[in-house]
Amino acid sequence: MKIHEYQGKALLKKYNVPIQDGYVVENLSQLESTIESVRKDFSSDAVVVKAQIHAGGRGKGGGVKYSPTPESALENATNILGMDLITHQTGPGGQKVRKLYITEALDIAEEFYVAITLDRSLGKDVFMVSTEGGMEIETVAEETPEKIVKEWIDPLLGMKSFQARKLAFGLELTGDTFKTACKVFLNMYKCYTETDASIVEVNPLVLTDDGRIIALDAKFNFDGNAMYRQKDIADMRDDFEEDPTELEASQFNLNYIKLDGNVGCMVNGAGLAMATMDIIKLAGGEPANFLDVGGAANVETVKNGFKIILKDENVKAIIINIFGGIVRCDRVANGVVQAVKELNLDVPVIVRLEGTNAIEAKQILAASGVAIIPAESIQDAATKAVNAALSR
Amino acid sequence: MSILVNKNTKVVVQGITGSEGTFHATQMLKYGTNIVAGVTPGKGGQTAIDGKIPVYNSVEEAKIEAGANTSIIFVPPPFAAEAVIEASYAGMDLIVCITEGIPVQDMVKAKRVIDENGTRLIGPNCPGIITVDECKLGIMPGFICEKGNVGVISKSGTLTYEAIGQLVSNGMGQTTALGIGGDPIIGTDMLDVLELFEADPETEGIVLIGEIGGQMEIEAARWAKENVTKPIVAFIAGQTAPPGRRMGHAGAIISGGDDTAEAKMRIMKECGIDVCESVAEIGQKMKIALVQQTEAVA
Repeated sequence: MKIHEYQGKALLKKYNVPIQDGYVVENLSQLESTIESVRKDFSSDAVVVKAQIHAGGRGKGGGVKYSPTPESALENATNILGMDLITHQTGPGGQKVRKLYITEALDIAEEFYVAITLDRSLGKDVFMVSTEGGMEIETVAEETPEKIVKEWIDPLLGMKSFQARKLAFGLELTGDTFKTACKVFLNMYKCYTETDASIVEVNPLVLTDDGRIIALDAKFNFDGNAMYRQKDIADMRDDFEEDPTELEASQFNLNYIKLDGNVGCMVNGAGLAMATMDIIKLAGGEPANFLDVGGAANVETVKNGFKIILKDENVKAIIINIFGGIVRCDRVANGVVQAVKELNLDVPVIVRLEGTNAIEAKQILAASGVAIIPAESIQDAATKAVNAALSR
Repeated sequence: MSILVNKNTKVVVQGITGSEGTFHATQMLKYGTNIVAGVTPGKGGQTAIDGKIPVYNSVEEAKIEAGANTSIIFVPPPFAAEAVIEASYAGMDLIVCITEGIPVQDMVKAKRVIDENGTRLIGPNCPGIITVDECKLGIMPGFICEKGNVGVISKSGTLTYEAIGQLVSNGMGQTTALGIGGDPIIGTDMLDVLELFEADPETEGIVLIGEIGGQMEIEAARWAKENVTKPIVAFIAGQTAPPGRRMGHAGAIISGGDDTAEAKMRIMKECGIDVCESVAEIGQKMKIALVQQTEAVA
C-alpha cells in the first residue's frame, strides 16, 4: 500500500526526521490563503507547489513547480490542481491531481539518496545511501555502484549507531551535520520498522546552505500483510489512487489486476493465474486481467469474479482455469452455471477444470445446458479462448 | 529414497484444532502421513481428528511425549511467525509453514532465528511437500501424484499441481514435490532443493517452476550449471505481468533489473537449463529430457 508525499512526511516528522514542511490544499478557493500561510508559518518567501499523486516522476511530468513569488505560486497551483498529470508511472491517461502540497522552498547545498527496504536474498533490511541524490537510484546502481553505501540490519538487534555512522561517513559528512545525519538515519529506521513499511525512500535528503539535513521528498510503501496492526497507516489509503474495479474486487476478497487485453481470466492460485495470462499471449491473444479467486472458490466467488471481469468492456472471451486442490471443481462448476444464467452472459466462456471433483464438475456443466466451451488442458483452453475472442 | 520427508517422518500439526488445521490434518492422515501430535496452546490433554491425535500445549511437549520431529503450521498470520520460532527452539528437523499473509517484519525475525538454530523451514505461504505414497505434509491434492522419478520444485501451489498433472499424463511420476512459497522471505529456497534432488538417487529429472520477482531462480540456475548432473526443465510465470504490480504473491513483483520473466528465462538458458516458453510444455520437455539422459548414459 502506498501513501502520498505529505502523509509520508508527516510520519517522518513524527519520528523527528526534519522535513521540508508545508500544507495540503484541495480547493481552488483556498489556494491563495494556503500559499500565504506557508510563506508566513515557515518564513519562506518562495514556495514549492507539489502535485500529490502516488506515481513517481511528478517533477518531470510538470507536477512540481518552484514558485519565487505569491503570484507565480498561485498561477502554478491553479494550473496543477485538477490536471491529469502524466508521468512514466501513470499510464497514458495520467492521474488526476486532487491535492496539492504547498511547501517552503530551501537553499540546497547538497542532495543525497537515502532508502530502507528489504533485501530478499539476505532476508534482512538494507539501509542504502548515496551522494547521488535526486537521480534515479537504478541508474546510479548500474553506472556507479560504488557510490551506493549499504548497511544490512540484524532484525534481532535493530540498527546500531556504528551503522548510522558508517552511512553518514559514506556521505562525506562532518561535524554537526554528521551527528544530525546519524540521528536522522536511526529515526528513519525506527519509523520503517514501527510502521511495517516495505520501503522508505527519501530522494533527495538535502543539506541546506545553512547546514540543516532535511527530507525533501518521502516515498513509503507498506506491507499489506501487516495492515491489520497498523490502523492509522491503513486509514491513509487514498481510494482515488486505486483502480475502481480493483478496489471493488478487493471488497469481494478477489485479487484482481486490470490489464489491456481482451481475454478475461479467472484462475485459482497466483502462479497458475500468471501462467494462464502468459499462455493466452503465446496463443496470439492478450490477457485482460489477472484474477486469483484463491483457495476458497465457491458459487459466490465465481459469480463475483464474472461481475468484475465483465466491467471491462474490452473483454471478448473469458477463460476459467481451475486446478482444484482445496478448491472443489464441482462448486466452481455450479458457480459458472449460475453466473452464466443470472448475468445473461453474452461473451463466450471457456472452462477448464482439473483436480478435486473434476469429473463431477464436467457432468454438472454438461447437464446444465448453458453455452460454455469445455477445454481439456491449459493449452486447449488458451487456444479456444483466443479464437473465441478473435472471432468477435 | 526421496527428499526431506518419508514414511518415518513423525509429524506435529501446530494449530490442529482450527478449521484449516483440522481439515488438512484429516486429509494428511487419509494419505498416510504419520501424524503423532497436534499443538494448540491451552488445549493440551484433549484429542483432535475424532480422538485419533493427542493435543499438547507446546511443540516441545509434542516432541518429548509423542516423538514428533517435523512440524506443519496452520496458525493464523498474526501468530504464525512465532509458531515457527517455537518449533525451531523445540528442535524440529523440519518445519512446513502453510500460513499465508504473515507480516514481513515477523518473518525476517523468524528467518534469523531458524538460520541461527540451523532449522530447515519450508514456506511460509506454500502448498507444502509431498513424497509420493509416503508422506503428504501440506494442502496439495495427493491423488494427482504418482510414484516416479521426477522431483518438482515450485514457488506456487496450483502451478505445482499443473506440472504434476502434465508429468502424469506424459507417463512420469514424482519422487517428491514441494512448493517453497511465494512470499519475499521464505525458508528453503530453490537452490537448497536442487541440491537435495541432485543428491537423491531416485530423482532422475527436476522440474523447476519460478515466477517474477527476486533473484532465487537465477541463483539456483547459476549453481545448477556447475553442480547439477540431472536434466532440469524450468518455467517462469509472469511473462505478461506489468512492472511494479504485485501479482498475488507478495514476492511476485517486478522491481527492475534481473527479476523479470524474460531476464530469468534468458539467464537460465545460458546456464544450460531447458526453459519452457509455455506452461503447457513442461510434461513434454521433461519426457524428452529423461529419454535423452538415458541415451547419454547408455
